Amino acid sequence: MRVHLQKRDYRSRRMTILVPVLSLLLSFFLGAIVLLLSKADPIITYRSMLKGAFGSTTKIQYTIAKAVPLLLCGLAVGVAFRLKFWNIGAEGQYIAGVIGITWVMQFWTFLPLWLLLPVGMVVGVLFGALWAGVPGVLKAQWSVDETLTTLMMNYIIIGYAEYLYINAWKAPRGNMGTILYPEAAWLPRIWGRVHAGIYFALALVVVLYFILYKTRWGFELNMIGKNRRAAQCQGVNIKANIILGMLLSGAIAGLAGAIDSAAVTHQLTKGVNSGYGFTGIIIAWMSGLNPFVSVLVALIMAALETGSDALQIMKLPSAMGEVMQGLILIPLLAGSVFIEYRLVHSSKHTEGRI
Amino acid sequence: MAELNTDGIPVVRMVDITKTFPGVVANDHVSLTLHKGEVLALLGENGAGKSTLMNMLIGLYQPDSGSIYINGKHCEIHSPQDSMALGIGMIHQEFMLVGNMTVAENIVLGMKDLPFVPPMAEIKKKITALSKRYGLQVYPDKIIRDLSVGEQQRVEILKLLYRGAEILILDEPTAVLTPGESRDLNQIIKRMLAEGKSAIFITHKMDEVMAFSHTVHVLRRGKSVAVKPTGEIADVQELANMMVGRDVLFSLERGPYKPGCPMIEVQDLVMLPIGGGKPILDHISFTVRSGEIFGIAGVAGNGQQQLTEALTGLMHVDGGSIHLGGKNMTNKSPLSIIKGGVSHIPADRGRMGVVGDMSVGENLSMKKYRTEELSHNTVMKKGRIRQFAEDLIQRFTIKTPSQDTSVKFLSGGNIQKTILAREIDFCRGILIAVYPSRGLDVGATEAVRQNLIKQRDQGSAVLLVSEELEELLMVADKIAVMFEGRIMAIKDANKTTTEELGMLMAGVAKGGR
Repeated sequence: MRVHLQKRDYRSRRMTILVPVLSLLLSFFLGAIVLLLSKADPIITYRSMLKGAFGSTTKIQYTIAKAVPLLLCGLAVGVAFRLKFWNIGAEGQYIAGVIGITWVMQFWTFLPLWLLLPVGMVVGVLFGALWAGVPGVLKAQWSVDETLTTLMMNYIIIGYAEYLYINAWKAPRGNMGTILYPEAAWLPRIWGRVHAGIYFALALVVVLYFILYKTRWGFELNMIGKNRRAAQCQGVNIKANIILGMLLSGAIAGLAGAIDSAAVTHQLTKGVNSGYGFTGIIIAWMSGLNPFVSVLVALIMAALETGSDALQIMKLPSAMGEVMQGLILIPLLAGSVFIEYRLVHSSKHTEGRI
Repeated sequence: MAELNTDGIPVVRMVDITKTFPGVVANDHVSLTLHKGEVLALLGENGAGKSTLMNMLIGLYQPDSGSIYINGKHCEIHSPQDSMALGIGMIHQEFMLVGNMTVAENIVLGMKDLPFVPPMAEIKKKITALSKRYGLQVYPDKIIRDLSVGEQQRVEILKLLYRGAEILILDEPTAVLTPGESRDLNQIIKRMLAEGKSAIFITHKMDEVMAFSHTVHVLRRGKSVAVKPTGEIADVQELANMMVGRDVLFSLERGPYKPGCPMIEVQDLVMLPIGGGKPILDHISFTVRSGEIFGIAGVAGNGQQQLTEALTGLMHVDGGSIHLGGKNMTNKSPLSIIKGGVSHIPADRGRMGVVGDMSVGENLSMKKYRTEELSHNTVMKKGRIRQFAEDLIQRFTIKTPSQDTSVKFLSGGNIQKTILAREIDFCRGILIAVYPSRGLDVGATEAVRQNLIKQRDQGSAVLLVSEELEELLMVADKIAVMFEGRIMAIKDANKTTTEELGMLMAGVAKGGR
C-alpha cells in the first residue's frame, strides 16, 4: 500500500489551525532531543521555562511586555507577506524606529517635554517606513529582489546604530549607549512591567484586521499577493500598492522600535538588534497572517524568550528559547502542505478532484 | 487516415472501469479498446470523465474496480513510471517542462538510467535523429523559455518518444496551437502511426476528430455513450449531438446588424519591441461601432494579444492613438480604461482572468468592488457582495459547490463563466474578448458565444480575438485579419469565406499589396 499526497477540493480550515498547533508541540519534542543530546533533562528544562515565563505575576508581566514589540513586528511582516513581498528587514526597520525616537529625545530639546514622546514616536514610525520604503521602491520600479535588499539593509542599519551609540551619540559617561530619555517622556507603565505600548499594539490589531479584511485596499493587497497579473488586469496599481504596503509594514516595525525604547530601554544602546524583527517572521507565518491570531503567537514567542532567560540563572542552556523558535518553523513550513493536500493510500478509494 | 487493422491483440484494453470520487461517479463501468496504429478520439464535455480515465491509464489514479490489459497482459499501473515502462506516455495540457533548461536537458530530465554526468553530445544526436524521423523540428540547445507553445509541445512529444513510448495520450493537444502548428501535429501523428504507434487524444474540436481519428469514443457523465468508427459518422452535427446528448445550436440567433456610433477607434497604432526589431504592431487602424462584433483573425503570435493589451492599458504603445467611447485612452492606466467602461476577457484565464486562490464570490466582485453598489467609502459591503455573487452564479449557471470555493478548483469552463459573468455584468459599452472559448467544451463555448451576441444586440461594441475561423464567421459582423503586426484586410463576415481568411492569415493578400 502506497501513501501519497492529493490535492484537496478546499483549503482545509481544520488543518490551518491544526498545523501550527502540532508544529509547536513537535518543536517541543524536537527540542527535547536537542536537550538530551546536550545532556540536560528536558522535563526539568521545560518546567523551568514555563515557570520563568508564567511562574509569578512579575514574570507574566515581563512576558507580556516582551510580547508587545514581537506582536508589532509580526504584524509588520504580515502586511508585507500578504503582498508576497518577502520583507525580512523588520529587524532593520525596528532599529530605524529606535534611532528616530532617540534622535528626537536627544536633540529636539526645543520641544516641550510633553511633546517629546508623541513626536518621537511619529519620527520613529517615519524612519521605519522610510527604511522599508527603499526596498519597496527598488522592487516596484526595477524588480530588485526584496529578500536581498531587506536583509542587507538590516546589516547597514545595525552597523550605523552601533556607530551612533558607541561614537556619535554616546552619553558622556559610560562607554556605550546614548543618554537616557527624559523620564517625563517615557511611555508609562500600566501594570508592573506592562507598559502603555500594549494599547497601541492591540489597537493596531483591530485596525489592521479591518483594513486587510474589510476595505477595498485590503482586497487589492490580497489580489496582488495571490495573482499579481490578474490584479493588474482588474485595474489595481501594482507599483503604488507595493510601495504603500512596504511603507505600512516598515511604519509598524518602526513603531515597535519606538515603543520599546520609549517604554523599556529608554535609550539607544547595545542589544538594539534584539531579533524581534526576525521573530516577527515566525509570528506572521504561524498566525497565517491573521492579526488576531498574531496576538496569541506573539505571546507564545515571548514566553519562549522570557522562559529561556530564566534558564540562564539555573545554569541551563539559555539559548533553548531561540532553538525552539527555530524548530517551530520547520514542521510549520513542512506541515502547511496539508492545508491544501491530504494523504491518501493509493490502493483503495483514492480521493481527489475530478 | 490509413486503414486500421483490428485483428491483433489490442494494445490497450480497459475493462469495466469504475472510479468514484466523494459524491461523484467519475467513470461508471467504462470499457475502452485501442489497437496498434489506431488514433482514438476521446470526446466529452468538461467533467465527463475523460481525464480521470486517462489518469488511470498512466497510473495517477487507481480504478475502484475493473482491469487494464496492455498488449493482452493484465497490468496494475501505480505511477507514471510504471506506465512509461509499459510504453504509455501522456502529454498534459499544461506542459511539464523546466523553463530555464535546454530542450535536450528537459528531454532526459528524470530518466532513471541516466549516468551522473549525462553524455549530452550523444543525447543530442539521438534527439536530432528522432526529430528528423518524425518531422519534429527542435533545436536541442535552445532554452525552453524561448520556445513557442507549439515548439514546447514538440519537446513534450520528443520526451515521450525518447523514452520509447508506444502509446501516446494527448490531452487537448491543439487547444494551444495555431492552425499551422495543428497541421504539423497531424503530420507528426501520422508518422508515428506509420511506425506502429497508437494514440488517444482528448479533444473538444470536432472537425479535428473527423479529420484524423479512426474511432470516436464518447463519454457523457462518466459513462461510455458511443463508440463508433469515424467513417460512420455523418457530420460534425451528429458528433456534437452524441457528445452533449441534445441538439447543439450551431447557428446562433442574433438580431439584425445595426452599427451605431464608433466606440473603439484605433489610429495608426505602433508598438515596438524592447531592444528594437520588427514592430509588434505596425500602423494598425480600425473602428468598432456599438452593436457590432468586430472579429480579429490571425495565427496566434501576430500581435493580436499585444493589441488587446494596448487597448486595456496593460502595454504601452509607441505611436498612434486609441479612443474608447470617444475619449483618448492612449497609454492610459488599466484603471482609467476600466472606469471608461471597458470589460476585458483576457487570453490567459488562469493567469490574467482570475485569482485562483480567492473564492468564486471574490473573483466575481473584482471589477465592481470599487463601485458604490459593493462598497461605501472604501469599506466593502460584504453582505451585498455575497448577494451579488449569488445572483451572478445563478444568471450565468456557474457550477460551483459554493461561492466560497476557491476558483482554482473549478473546471476550465466554469472559470471562464466566472470571468464572463464578471465582465458582462460590468460591461458599459465595450467588451474585449481574447480567445474566450479556447479549450472549452461545446456547452461552455455556446454559452460564451451567446453572451457575446447578446452584448452586441444590446448595443455594446465587442472586439473578439479568435483563432477559430468558424467561430468568427458565426459570431462576428466584421473580421480583420492580422499578420505580422499588420491588419491585412477587414472583411464583412457574410461576404467572406474560410478560404479567403486563411489566405490572409498566411500573409497572402489578393492581388498583392
